Amino acid sequence: MLNLITEISKYLLIFLFAFYTYECFAVFRKKYGNYEREKIYKRQMACVYLIHLDAFLVIFAATLDIQVIGMYLMQLIFLLSLHFGYTMVYKNSNELVLNNMCMLLTVGFIILTRLNFERATKQFVIAVISAAATFFIPFIIKRAKALRKLTWLYAGVGIALLGIVAVAGAVSYGAKISFTFGGITIQPSEFIKILYVFFVAGMFYESTEFTQVVKTTIMAALHVLILVVSKDLGGALIFFVVYLVMLYVATKKVLYFAGGFAAGGAAAFVAYKIFRHVRVRVVAWKNPLGVIDNEGYQICQSLFAIGTGGWFGMGLYKGVPNTIPVVEQDFVFSAIAEELGGIFALCLILICVSCFLMFFNIAMQMKDVYYKYVALGLGTVYGFQVFLTLGGVTKFIPSTGVTLPFVSYGGSSLLSTFIIFAIIQGLYLKKEDEGEIHEKRDKESQKRSRKKKIAETKFDGKIEEF
Amino acid sequence: MPKQSLTGKSKNSKNREFAVVTYLFVFLFVALIGYFVYFEAVKSEEFINSSYNKRQDLFAKTVVRGEIQDRNGNVLAETVTDSTGKETRNYPYGKTFAHVVGYATNGKSGIESSMNFRLLSSHAFFLERLGNEFQGEKNIGDNVVTTLDLTLQQTAYDALGSHDGAVIVLEPSTGKILAMVSKPDFDPNTIAENWDKITADDNKESVLLNRATQGLYPPGSTFKIFTTLEYIRENPDYSGYQFTCDGEFEREGTVIHCYNNDVHGGENLLDSFTNSCNSSYANLGLSLDETKFADTCEDLLFNQKLPYAYGYKQSSFTLKKGASVHDIMETSIGQGETLVTPLHMVMVTSAIANDGVLMKPYLIDHTENYEGNVVKEYSPSEYGTLLEKEEAETMQDFMEAVVQEGTGRKLKGQSYIAAGKTGSAEYSDADDSSHAWFVGYAHRDDKSDIALAVVVEGAGAGSTYAVPAAKQIFDAYYSN
Repeated sequence: MLNLITEISKYLLIFLFAFYTYECFAVFRKKYGNYEREKIYKRQMACVYLIHLDAFLVIFAATLDIQVIGMYLMQLIFLLSLHFGYTMVYKNSNELVLNNMCMLLTVGFIILTRLNFERATKQFVIAVISAAATFFIPFIIKRAKALRKLTWLYAGVGIALLGIVAVAGAVSYGAKISFTFGGITIQPSEFIKILYVFFVAGMFYESTEFTQVVKTTIMAALHVLILVVSKDLGGALIFFVVYLVMLYVATKKVLYFAGGFAAGGAAAFVAYKIFRHVRVRVVAWKNPLGVIDNEGYQICQSLFAIGTGGWFGMGLYKGVPNTIPVVEQDFVFSAIAEELGGIFALCLILICVSCFLMFFNIAMQMKDVYYKYVALGLGTVYGFQVFLTLGGVTKFIPSTGVTLPFVSYGGSSLLSTFIIFAIIQGLYLKKEDEGEIHEKRDKESQKRSRKKKIAETKFDGKIEEF
Repeated sequence: MPKQSLTGKSKNSKNREFAVVTYLFVFLFVALIGYFVYFEAVKSEEFINSSYNKRQDLFAKTVVRGEIQDRNGNVLAETVTDSTGKETRNYPYGKTFAHVVGYATNGKSGIESSMNFRLLSSHAFFLERLGNEFQGEKNIGDNVVTTLDLTLQQTAYDALGSHDGAVIVLEPSTGKILAMVSKPDFDPNTIAENWDKITADDNKESVLLNRATQGLYPPGSTFKIFTTLEYIRENPDYSGYQFTCDGEFEREGTVIHCYNNDVHGGENLLDSFTNSCNSSYANLGLSLDETKFADTCEDLLFNQKLPYAYGYKQSSFTLKKGASVHDIMETSIGQGETLVTPLHMVMVTSAIANDGVLMKPYLIDHTENYEGNVVKEYSPSEYGTLLEKEEAETMQDFMEAVVQEGTGRKLKGQSYIAAGKTGSAEYSDADDSSHAWFVGYAHRDDKSDIALAVVVEGAGAGSTYAVPAAKQIFDAYYSN
């Protein structure tokens, strides 16, 4: 009987999740008006609640643990509050971003509950606190005027914190990236990346003159270098790419972009030669089965999980995802692929992509250049982090040890992702206001330019829709 | 800046950079998704089947392990469930298929190991599976149908008799492995009971080693195939080669004897090959360029990974520029440091028979559900061209001549045309004992060709001990 519940739910979950994913992209369709879009958003949230319910039914059937029901009910209340809290308080908030947030959190809750109930409980508590703490961020972003005046403070705080971690931080998995304070382990780079985006945005908002670019580059390089010294490769890569993207968009100089990547490639090569832990990752990536007893153990376990799960997955509790080291954090995607299936995992990637596209879409439409850069930077942070973690656990690229936002276990990661999403919501609200003010003035010019530009950049077509 | 950006023109030019970055990211994600799909559809097989993958055994709880069959559906391994529900793995042909089919207790080996996942997957009709799941019954796993041929395997097994050694037979045009025998052997039916004895430290028999793919032997005179090919490559007018054999050849203190100290008299290259004349090959070996020789051998898969999905050892060829006269002479006749596996030799032979093109050897034809509906088919695939067509044809002529007038005459005058090369590989400095080798192939218009490699350990001359074994296999193949 349990088999039957698990089997049927397996396909139902895939179906609901695939449908949700489809709607994520259907919403971008031009012909839809606000009415249709509202309906899509409602259907999406229905999927979230159904997936949550179905998965917890299976978890309960498999464990017969009464705590699971309590957990389910509390999570349900949380999701409902988050969902209706946002839509009621922030009437103009972006519902796709909100829905994706709920969906990714739900997937995280499900897989963590299945993997480790204790950690799932902890994660849930952190989620509640984070959601509450970040709930007013959109409001602050919308009103705050002083944000762009604190540029150097962001860099100062960031570098100081990173430096402290590098010097005194605990060693976790070969990288000095966290410190424990009063029983709570904090990974500062998760938050500093947000400050860093504000810093770079502020600098380029002031000017994109050569001297300004040099100053900014030096500070950015300092961030990256400290992270490299701390052996936080994933973090260093994210900071590096975010800087290059912001530099390129702000200066519009392809030369900077290409030159930056060339320099990054050279630096990566040097790092490969110097650092043993970099070589270990590359060796494990090249031929994991050949070094399965040592360097390749983790990635092989991950690939066994993904491969054996196949397209449809083994079903919840039918696999052995706990054989993957740090499965709740960096390798949570492999556990999802193993038990919920390759199709489900593929949809998960697509949902992350739709978040990323929406972030960039908002960035593109911001008229205030400062916030435009902020949205761009945060979008890049999010997109590149997702790429690094998913590419790493599937062996597409060497593993760099970063978390999957909203899904992986980890308080710092969770809270920082909440902050990023809340800021984006704030920017979206701001953009909506901008829109109302300038609506009349813009309409004419936009109409004229739209026709010309559609061929050039397809994204312009979508801009007007949101 | 901020004010400028309110105008349409500035905004749009700004968005060009946005578009570039967006497309870059979309490209990255599309590549990631493409890779993920590729991994799930193709690459995952290698990981699923890895013996390190503990997940396979999860399936044993809900699936009855499927059968392993030969190409005609004869059962080579099956799971028998008794009235109490206890499952036993039964191997009807016992020792005959020991290494190639393998065992499934005390760890796994052979096809039992490599196809473990398929054997434990059920593709029975889905309603039936659903019904079983509902009732808590086990489903019946898929059957693995191999390329092996029961008759050929039994013939090869019997042909080796009480000798240790190995036989491997394959179809050059497809790479299908038709038989693979290794002795000494073990009985997979009783391996669990005998495990401690087999794996005891003082047991030097190493019965678990599959000598057909992992046994490294000196090639003896079968290596003259490589020496000949290199000589032909360096000397396009090789037909002008002349040598007078008086039973031994001496250079700088190294003396090479012909087998039995036979005196072959005046010979050209073809005569030297068919007579397997050591003196002549020591002589022509000294004229070769060691670097080019090594290149040719590496082209022919020495010191290389073999296109073979199961466990094997790499053959080794160590001759380098500046090697001593002694080493060159020994290497040219297949003694010295050179080591080969029967698998490697049959691959080269099969490439020669197939006009230079090597097909990847494979063991599994398809998998099917227990009712016989095909689940997954494995098709022949080409590895590449090991030697040019003209070179292959020359080697075919040489190897046919061995059967017509040389050391392989026992294969002459059959319903099929055989070709090959014998070898007697000395492996001990103490006495003259040697492994008997034969590598070759046979052709008849109404059937596809087969190639084989036979090595009989410590038996003596290849022409006396290995050729008759090859003949039994060819006879069996062409008689039905």
